[in-house]
Amino acid sequence: MISSRIRRLWNAYAPEIVVTILLILAFVISGWREPRFLDAAYLFDRSTLYTEIGLLTLSMTLIIVAGHIDLSVTSIIAFVGAIIATLYSRYGIPFWLLIPLAPVFGGFLGAVNGYFVARRNLPSLVVTLATMALYRGMAQILLGDSSLMTPPDYTGIERVTLPHTYLHTPLVIWITLCLVFAALLHRTVFGRYITVTGVNPEAALYSGVPVAQTLIRLFTLSGAMAGVCSVLLLSRLGVARYDHARGWELDVITAVVLGGTSIFGGRGTIYGSVVAFLLITIVQTGMGVAGVKAEIQVTAIGLLLLLAVLLSRLTTGRK
Amino acid sequence: MINKLFQRREAPLLIILAALVTIVCLLQPRFLSPGNLQSVLLWLPLLIIVALGEMAVILTRGIDVSVGSILGLSGMMTAMALRDYPELNIYVAALLATGIGAFLGAINGGLIAGAGTPPIVATLATLGIYRGLTFVVSSGKQVDDYQLPRNLARWSIDGPFGLSIPPYVVWIALIVAAAMHLFLTYSRTGRDWYAIGGEPDGASDRGVPVRLQTFCAYVLSGAGAGLAGLLYASRFGTVNPASIGNGFELLAIAAVVIGGTSIFGGSGTIAGVLLGCLLLGVINVALAVLNIAETWQSAVYGAVILMALLTDDAARRRLMKGARHK
Repeated sequence: MISSRIRRLWNAYAPEIVVTILLILAFVISGWREPRFLDAAYLFDRSTLYTEIGLLTLSMTLIIVAGHIDLSVTSIIAFVGAIIATLYSRYGIPFWLLIPLAPVFGGFLGAVNGYFVARRNLPSLVVTLATMALYRGMAQILLGDSSLMTPPDYTGIERVTLPHTYLHTPLVIWITLCLVFAALLHRTVFGRYITVTGVNPEAALYSGVPVAQTLIRLFTLSGAMAGVCSVLLLSRLGVARYDHARGWELDVITAVVLGGTSIFGGRGTIYGSVVAFLLITIVQTGMGVAGVKAEIQVTAIGLLLLLAVLLSRLTTGRK
Repeated sequence: MINKLFQRREAPLLIILAALVTIVCLLQPRFLSPGNLQSVLLWLPLLIIVALGEMAVILTRGIDVSVGSILGLSGMMTAMALRDYPELNIYVAALLATGIGAFLGAINGGLIAGAGTPPIVATLATLGIYRGLTFVVSSGKQVDDYQLPRNLARWSIDGPFGLSIPPYVVWIALIVAAAMHLFLTYSRTGRDWYAIGGEPDGASDRGVPVRLQTFCAYVLSGAGAGLAGLLYASRFGTVNPASIGNGFELLAIAAVVIGGTSIFGGSGTIAGVLLGCLLLGVINVALAVLNIAETWQSAVYGAVILMALLTDDAARRRLMKGARHK
């Protein structure tokens, strides 16, 4: 009775279970090697470094569940940051007015991706590869090699914590959005549409699912999330540069796939992505503490991604 | 006959290229000087060789985003070999670079054709892995031009028959392109790649060894990127682990897609890929000649790829319409 229930749970959620066990293992090993890992203040403090990747992981999960990919998000972060910083420092537009505009700019750039993917039926991989170059390039046109400052009193907002806790602002935003995205994917019609589109877009279309509309909304959402990340990053770094967030797409996609989302679409959970993201964060922080250079860390992340895919092939291949 | 020429997939590309050259010449007559011609020619070989391998992969409906990192790792290792063993023949070095590339490509192929990993995930992972390994093998130190053999640099300076335009590297690229054309047209493997990209299940039913031939496409892509690693060393003299081959995958995919190879696999020509490379090369040099800051490069490339995608889309729709009318 109980064993059959466990088996059913395993069959349905094998990747999520595997990644949870890996996270516990990673935590125990790091805590044992480096006692700082057991200090909540230290952990929450480090977590602000990775918030943007954590946020991108949420929207990328939806994109991949729908059977697509968005490589341009990291370039959208840089481009939106460049737009905001330019409007502020060259045209004197008040910064507080620009903050709510960031998701709007990002959403527009994402909608452009969505248009090409949904209305012109072009593969999202190539479309977003092109806009990845295009958006990054436009950020470079705006800023060149220089850095534009954001207002000094805006820098460091991410250091503000909720009263009487260790929770920094970005962490609060991230936790809230985790819940929002989980509800969106697992509890709404939009989430159903996304999943069904990922399982079989043609069948979805013939069943009355507005596939094109769903995809455009989805890519717009993805861009808007990148816009949110952009303002958080500006607060953390205090300057806008064209090369911000470059290469993060590897971390983000690794987290999503490691969390059990099928790269072919149709299956995935926000829980899995969140746990996988935490796992990657611990592995990277661990390597950082051990003095492994950032350039070499990408090797470990790449290996982790391969391991994740091969594991999920093994566990789901038995059917 | 002219009609037939215009029906070809490459025709619009040729027109765009001619228009671009004319406009740039009108704005800046200096554009056609031997010096600028030489810089277009020197820019091409690396891209052509990488793009040809990428094309083989795209023909099979795959994608290889690790070519830039393969170029980097193979170029770095070969440059270190040439530095540490000065008596090493550069033709042996060329074989070594190609071999390293082919081996790295075989890892991609094994993951994709053998273990069934989706191409984008497998090559995105190896993009990171190979890039990191480039730092590990070199300890982050660059190889300088005085540490590399003289005659390697000569490949990019001198040409055959005592002419300096075009240099040897261009001939190497053209010979590789010609060989690739023959291979795609007449070899079993080449035909199979088209069949796999056209309809993977159908190809399998027809007895095409889909997994084996897909594997071969990635090995070829790796081998091309590997050879390009040595050409990079010849062209630039210094080999720095932080910059060698960075972002090259984007250029290669752009050249292939601009050249009219369908991103859905199954169709594409070598002539198209060569024209795609030429267009990117002309844009690159034109930006410099017209005094447009280098910062515009990335945005222009992105816009050109999008335009190429839309053209490809329009061509595909026209083709479908034509097929329906018959």
